Amino acid sequence: MTASSAHAHDDHHDHKPGFFTRWFMSTNHKDIGTLYIIFSIVAALVGGWFSMMMRHELGDPGLQLAENGQQWNVWITAHGLIMVFFVVMPGLIGGFGNWFLPLMIGAPDMAFPRLNNISFWLIVPAFLLLCASAFVDGGAGTGWTIYPPLSSDLGHPGMSVDMAIFALHLAGASSILGAANFITTIFNMRAPGMTLHKMPLFVWAMLVTAFLLVLSLPVLGGAITMLLTDRNFGTDFFKPEGGGDPILFQHLFWFFGHPEVYIMILPAFGIVSHIVSTFSKKPVFGYLGMAYAMVAIGVVGFIVWAHHMYTSGISLNTKAYFTAATLIIAVPTGIKIFSWIATMWGGSIEFKTPMLWALGFIFLFTVGGVTGVVLANAGMDTSLHDTYYVVAHFHYVLSLGAVFALFAGFYYWIGKMSGRMYPELAGKIHFWITFIGVNLVFFPQHFLGLAGMPRRYVDYPAPIPPPELTGMLVNPIKKIEWIISQDYGYHLWNYVSTMGAYLSGFSVLVFLGIVFYTLFFGRRAEANYWNVQPQVMTLEWTLSSPPPFHQFEIQPSVK
Amino acid sequence: MIHKCRSILWQMMASMMMFVLPAFANEEHATPLQLGLHEPASPQMARLVDFHDNMLIWMCVIISVFVLGLLLWVVFRYNAKANPVPSRTTHSVPLEIIWTIVPVIILIIIAVPSFKHLFYLGKTPETEMTLKVTGYQWYWGYEYPDHEGLAFESRMIEDKNIDESKGQRRLLSTDNVVYLPTDTNIQIIVTAADVLHSFTVPAFGIKKDAVPGRLNETWVRIDKPGTYFGQCSEICGTGHAYMPIEVRAVPKEEFAAWIEKAKKEFAQNNYQPLQMAFVKDIQ
Repeated sequence: MTASSAHAHDDHHDHKPGFFTRWFMSTNHKDIGTLYIIFSIVAALVGGWFSMMMRHELGDPGLQLAENGQQWNVWITAHGLIMVFFVVMPGLIGGFGNWFLPLMIGAPDMAFPRLNNISFWLIVPAFLLLCASAFVDGGAGTGWTIYPPLSSDLGHPGMSVDMAIFALHLAGASSILGAANFITTIFNMRAPGMTLHKMPLFVWAMLVTAFLLVLSLPVLGGAITMLLTDRNFGTDFFKPEGGGDPILFQHLFWFFGHPEVYIMILPAFGIVSHIVSTFSKKPVFGYLGMAYAMVAIGVVGFIVWAHHMYTSGISLNTKAYFTAATLIIAVPTGIKIFSWIATMWGGSIEFKTPMLWALGFIFLFTVGGVTGVVLANAGMDTSLHDTYYVVAHFHYVLSLGAVFALFAGFYYWIGKMSGRMYPELAGKIHFWITFIGVNLVFFPQHFLGLAGMPRRYVDYPAPIPPPELTGMLVNPIKKIEWIISQDYGYHLWNYVSTMGAYLSGFSVLVFLGIVFYTLFFGRRAEANYWNVQPQVMTLEWTLSSPPPFHQFEIQPSVK
Repeated sequence: MIHKCRSILWQMMASMMMFVLPAFANEEHATPLQLGLHEPASPQMARLVDFHDNMLIWMCVIISVFVLGLLLWVVFRYNAKANPVPSRTTHSVPLEIIWTIVPVIILIIIAVPSFKHLFYLGKTPETEMTLKVTGYQWYWGYEYPDHEGLAFESRMIEDKNIDESKGQRRLLSTDNVVYLPTDTNIQIIVTAADVLHSFTVPAFGIKKDAVPGRLNETWVRIDKPGTYFGQCSEICGTGHAYMPIEVRAVPKEEFAAWIEKAKKEFAQNNYQPLQMAFVKDIQ
């Protein structure tokens, strides 16, 4: 206490540094969290723009926007990498993790505040490198999986893939540093009395996520470094002509890639748990089961990677093992779904906007989960691998799962973060437009996939419609009549999917309007604006909205 | 019992489509209102369709509807108006055991046929002939090592040359169709010469990645004569969407006649016996 009082004059309550120092040299977890959230929204607009172009392109057969298949491949690559590395991860982990993890455990800040700053400032050049790669030497059109030989100098001789690799290096380094910071913070800076088994579930989720990051990202780093040396320095790790093996890259990539999907969804689980509990006015049902289900998902998530490679030529017994291991993941996931429902059971539920997003999350994640069980079967996957069924599946768990949780967390905590409340009715309208829009986009893609339409196609087999039936503003009934009158093609469900995309695109504008209104005109938020009940209270609700620049100057304790 | 009958749901959808669309018995490509898998043309696909339509789709529908039902019940019964005082329940060991055990049982029920089908698909039986497929950017090469190394390449017919009256299909029809005999066990060897590709024919229930430096094996036995389409299923560059697969399955005699004709037609092709010797060795 004496040591800190010596600095009290420059550290007193709510003293904020100047603009540049505060935002560009920040060591404050809340400011860095805010930077991450702003970054995530900007990146989402860029990644979302790519998806709008893609859906517009596929609304009709033939080429609408893309000049050729390469340009299309660049779009899908950029869309995938941006959404994974620059939207969902910075939003859920960097944004909400930084903001609320220290608040929830009663810590004044993260363990390594300056490391926290460099974590953020590595991801910005990573994003710029990735965006720039799309404009260099025809762009990186490899898919987010960057499989060689398409990504080696044979398929992409220019600089673009090298730039994408460096972007991933930087983003990976940023995430590893961030994860180390989270782990240290959780293990060392919990308030007295907060044992591991009393930690809020969001903190549990972040702990498991951070371990997944630390263990899986170095493998990606190794794989893409080997790819880089293959491309530039004459090594042959993945080149068959030099004794290397393209399948090796797939193993390494998915050893990272599968934990990566849990990295994106576990923080979402944590956020949804808090929202469900708050608005049901009941503690989370089966707390320990919920926490250890996440640990189980994290552990098992490391031993299922080759279910992404069922058609690559891996042996029959390997496929059988990975089928069994993958099916097992449904068990802890089921525990979570049922525990959320049991949390609501007997509750006194208020349907505020964050709760709507959480309910949407639970249902749509279930839909994405059951199609995951279908895909887990190596035999069945023979038909469905690399079709739109897979696209539908992972968008249900990520776009309609992780992104729903991003919105849920945003509406739940924006009052706490900004000190201003969002307009409730507008939030609900935003939810319903998005809900209808994204389901229209992704549900028909199940049918496309079952019918065999491959992924990553710029064009699909169907007759090209006459000019009077092309464009965005055609009467949909006439158009659908014309489509059905044809005897072949994937046109109908692609058309429906594209219509849904236009609606989803509109919902983004609604969201931006809400953000603008909230930040400038929203009414002031109280400390505990959701009236969170004492039995489900986490520590962020004991602070003002927004919390003081340095919180918990008197350390809280937990019973 | 449920395994034996086509699912009612699917049958309803199928009959609905029959009503809207004329039947195309001999051509296998997607149709505008298609909701499910392709009509099977091989025992492999027949098993997959059976597995999907009679088990997996029901698992999906029942679990999703069950969860939706619970959510709706909770919304109506336990909203703040209907239930102003929340209960204080925080856990129930029996309930938690049930929702751990029941999914395990469901998964075991799925896993048993899943493994049966997987091993059926994955174990090539005694085969009568071999087709070697090579993926190139952006076309397919086909070789018949058992028929004096008949070899040719197959490219997509460009849009402007498509003649629908001849049954040609945009982005699906090729200049040189692959002929295969029906009721014959056929080994298919898949490889690639540049980047990854993936050889697939949905109606046969086969999909195998074409990997440079590797020979991947799969097999098929085609039940019904007809024309079957497939498309490259692993991203391979700008022409990824433009390297379709067109297979014509014909009775054995017709196939033998085609082989003789094709040998003359493709006689000038530069056939490489060394490459084939290698394929034979690994069989």
